[in-house]
Amino acid sequence: MPDKRMTEDEVVAQLADGMTIGIGGWGSRRKPMSLVRAILRSDLKDLTIVSYGGPDIGLLCAAGKAKKVVYGFVSLDSIPLEPHFRVARQTGSVEVVELDEGAFYLGLMAAAHRVPFYPTRAGLGSDMLKNNPEIRTITSPYDDGEELVAIPARHLDVCLLHMNRADAAGNGQFLGPDLFFDDLFAMAADKTYMSCEKIVPTENLLDEGSIHTLKINRIFVDGVIEAPRGAHFTECPPDYDRDEAFQREYAATARDPELWEAFQEKYLRTANHEEYLAAVDAANQERAAAKGGAA
Amino acid sequence: MSAPTLDEICVVNLADAFRGDGEILCNPIGTVPMCAGRLARATWEPDMVYTDGVSVLPANDFPVGMPDAPRVPESYVPYRTIFDIVWSGKRHVVMGASQMDMWGNQNFAAIGDDYSKPKVQLLGMRGAPGNLINHVTSYWIPNHSTRVFVPEVDVVSGPGYSRTRELPEASRQFHEIRRIVTKLAVMDFETPDNRMRLRSVHPGVTVDDVVENTGFELVIEGEVPESRPPTDEELRVLREVIDPTDARKAEFE
Repeated sequence: MPDKRMTEDEVVAQLADGMTIGIGGWGSRRKPMSLVRAILRSDLKDLTIVSYGGPDIGLLCAAGKAKKVVYGFVSLDSIPLEPHFRVARQTGSVEVVELDEGAFYLGLMAAAHRVPFYPTRAGLGSDMLKNNPEIRTITSPYDDGEELVAIPARHLDVCLLHMNRADAAGNGQFLGPDLFFDDLFAMAADKTYMSCEKIVPTENLLDEGSIHTLKINRIFVDGVIEAPRGAHFTECPPDYDRDEAFQREYAATARDPELWEAFQEKYLRTANHEEYLAAVDAANQERAAAKGGAA
Repeated sequence: MSAPTLDEICVVNLADAFRGDGEILCNPIGTVPMCAGRLARATWEPDMVYTDGVSVLPANDFPVGMPDAPRVPESYVPYRTIFDIVWSGKRHVVMGASQMDMWGNQNFAAIGDDYSKPKVQLLGMRGAPGNLINHVTSYWIPNHSTRVFVPEVDVVSGPGYSRTRELPEASRQFHEIRRIVTKLAVMDFETPDNRMRLRSVHPGVTVDDVVENTGFELVIEGEVPESRPPTDEELRVLREVIDPTDARKAEFE
C-alpha cells in the first residue's frame, strides 16, 4: 500500500492562488485546523472556500485569504454567528454563495458522482435562487413535468479533512457521532489531504471503532498528515471537546483590530502546529493560573 | 401544582402545533421549541421521534438543557440522514425568525437591502428553503414587535404563502406553515388567502396589544380566544420530566 504521509507545509506547497478548497467538518466541529493555519501562514490568495462553515471560514476571511465562500451557514455552534465571517460580510470583503444546507449536500454529491446537478425542491420560493442567479431550474422529463432546482455540482480542486485515526495509505476513521459530509468532500475533490489525530497501522484500525467508522477510503485520499489536536479549537470527540475558552478569545478578536493583530501574533504566526500547540498550552496555563489566583 | 407561567403557556400552545402529526421526526430548534416538542411526545403525541440535537433519536423522555442525561437510542440520525428525512417529508420543524411578513415569509439570513454587503449578517439560509418546501414548519418568535413582524422582509430564507402561490401546484404541495407562537399570541394561516390570522392571545394580553406590536394587518375574526392553559398533567411532565432545570425560563427573563 502507498505511504502518503506528509506535513501541513507540504500540503500547502501543492495549493495555488485562486483554487477552490473544500473543508470538511461542520461548524466548530472536527475541522482540519492545522491545515487551515498552514494556509494562513502562506502567501496563498483569492481562494474559494466551500464549507459547512465554522472558524475555518472566519479565519480565512479575516486573514484575507478567501475571495469567495460557499456555505449553508457559518457558525461556531456555542457562538451561533461566526464573528469574523460576519465582519467580512458586513464590510463586503468577500463574495458569497449562500445555499440551503441540504442543497449544499446535493452539490457535493453531484460533484462526487460526476453528474452536472442533482434536482431538489429546496430553494423554490426562497431568495436562494434570486441571490444565486447561476443556479437554474429544470423541468422533469417524466409525465409529472415538475419544475425543480438543479443544484450544480460543486467541484473542488482540493479538499481538507480531519479524522480521528488514519493509516499511512489514506484510510480515514471517524470515532465521533457524525461523519458529516467528509466522504463527499473527498470524492468531490481532485486532491484530498486528510489530517488525523493519530496514524495507526492498518491492522489496528478496528481497535477503537467498528467497521462502520472506516468511511474514508484511500482511493479518494492523496495525503495524510498526523496532527494530534489538529482540530483545535474545534471539537474532535471522543479525543477532545471544543476549547470553549480559546474559542471565546478568538471570537472576541473580531471586535477590535488590535486584538486580532495580537491573536495572530501569539497563535497564528507560529512556525508550525507544534509551536501553535505550545502557545495554546502556555495561554491555557496562564488562564488557569489567573483563575487560581483570583479564587 | 402552582399556576402556569407565560413560558409554560407558550410551550403548550407551541406543542399543539404537533397535534395529529403521528410517526414523524419532531424537530424543534431552540429551548422553548424543544420543550414543546418533547412535551407533546411525552403526553398526547407519543408516536413522534425526536433528536438529541447531535445524532441520536432518544426513545426515552430526554430532558432539555441536560446534554449528559441518560439516553436510550432508538436510531442513528447523522446530519445527512436529517436532510434525507427533510426531503422525505416526514418531519415538522420549528424555527425562529428575525423578520416575518403577513404571508409567513421568514428571514433569518441577513438584514439590509444589499445582499453583497448586508447591514447585519444573520444565520444565512441554513435549512429554511428546503424545510419550507418539503414539510410542515412552525415558528417560535418570542419577540413580538413591529421590528420582527414587518410589511416586507429583507431576505426570504423560508418562503411564505405569497411566494409559494407563484409556484406550480406540484412545487408547493408539501408547503405548510402550521403555527406561529410569540410571547403575546398564537397565529396561523387558516384563512382563504393564507394571510396570517390571530388565533389566540395569551392570558393578560389584549388583541390591541398584538395589533400594536405587529407591523402589518392581521386577520382577526370576531372574538379572539385566549391561548389555552396547560393541563395539570402537561405542567407536571414539563416541570418534572422535560425541563427540570427550568432552561425554558431563560428566554423570559
